[in-house]
Amino acid sequence: MHSFGYRANALLTFAVTILAVMCAMASLSDNFNSPTPSAQVQVLNINWFQKHQDGNDEVSLALNVSANLQSLFTWNTKQVFVFLAIEYETPMNSLNQISLWDGIIPAKEHAKFWIQTSNKYQFVDQGSNLRGKDFNLTLHWHVMPKTGKMFADKIVMSGYRLPQEYR
Amino acid sequence: MGFVGETIDSIKSIQIRQLLSQTVSLGMIVTSALIIWKALICITGSESPVVVVLSGSMEPGFKRGDILFLHMSDDPIRAGEIVVFNVDGREIPIVHRVIKVHERKDTGEVDVLTKGDNNYGDDRLLYAQGQLWLQRHHIMGRAVGFLPYVGWVTIIMTEKPIIKYILLGALGLLVITSKD
Repeated sequence: MHSFGYRANALLTFAVTILAVMCAMASLSDNFNSPTPSAQVQVLNINWFQKHQDGNDEVSLALNVSANLQSLFTWNTKQVFVFLAIEYETPMNSLNQISLWDGIIPAKEHAKFWIQTSNKYQFVDQGSNLRGKDFNLTLHWHVMPKTGKMFADKIVMSGYRLPQEYR
Repeated sequence: MGFVGETIDSIKSIQIRQLLSQTVSLGMIVTSALIIWKALICITGSESPVVVVLSGSMEPGFKRGDILFLHMSDDPIRAGEIVVFNVDGREIPIVHRVIKVHERKDTGEVDVLTKGDNNYGDDRLLYAQGQLWLQRHHIMGRAVGFLPYVGWVTIIMTEKPIIKYILLGALGLLVITSKD
């Protein structure tokens, strides 16, 4: 009954159980946080707007992104992944979502930021539908915990429009 | 004598009835592990509900040796989600983030482009020759939860099989020599 093996086994089981319970509690404690993030995005300029040889439109945008995501951080937050996606509808596609800029926020101190950038990833349509197109800019964030469940949410900003002519 | 002597004595004293009951209890452990795994497959809808991160391409979010819990529902795939996908001609699934989505109006099919957070460029270099987009059938699930470090056990066991055999042997010996 009280052999070495039994004691080692009991100790290991107990330690793993406690660790699992603590991880679960840390993850559940995230639910008590109700964040109030804010964001603004301006399109400063259309750097270029053209039609490729294969018939797809490409746009390069200059953007000004400012956001305050500090309230997303809790003690169980490892990082927040934030990205700005352009979202629009075309006759062929019910949804087109293209990430224009993204970043990793490692700590709460960096969660209030302001950045001026061109789009980091190519903004290419499937087809030639972008002239005069209305689009939404959406700031998404994905909260990666130290352990447990991941959270995601977004702020949709609408009312943007691309020019009628290529330039 | 101590521990070793006791162990040897207990092996010698095994009787048929005891041997049978231990075989049954060992079988119970193996089958319950199988039941849990299959139940997870049913609940999550993903053919491999738990995956181990093998590369550093999603750092600092996911490190090598972290465990991800996958979920595969009928919800549409959207940008920003972390998906696990299989590329034709590659055996090992990849865990990366979706950066572009084009969803067809008539059929609902999606074209998806992925990228590792820690990689410089998108994943078109990793896809099969000439493949520009992932489709729905490439995707095995999306990551919903996360547990650090635990996956190291499997990484060590696949890379150093000898440790696996030692561990299995020790466990087997423990089951045989236990007196309940």
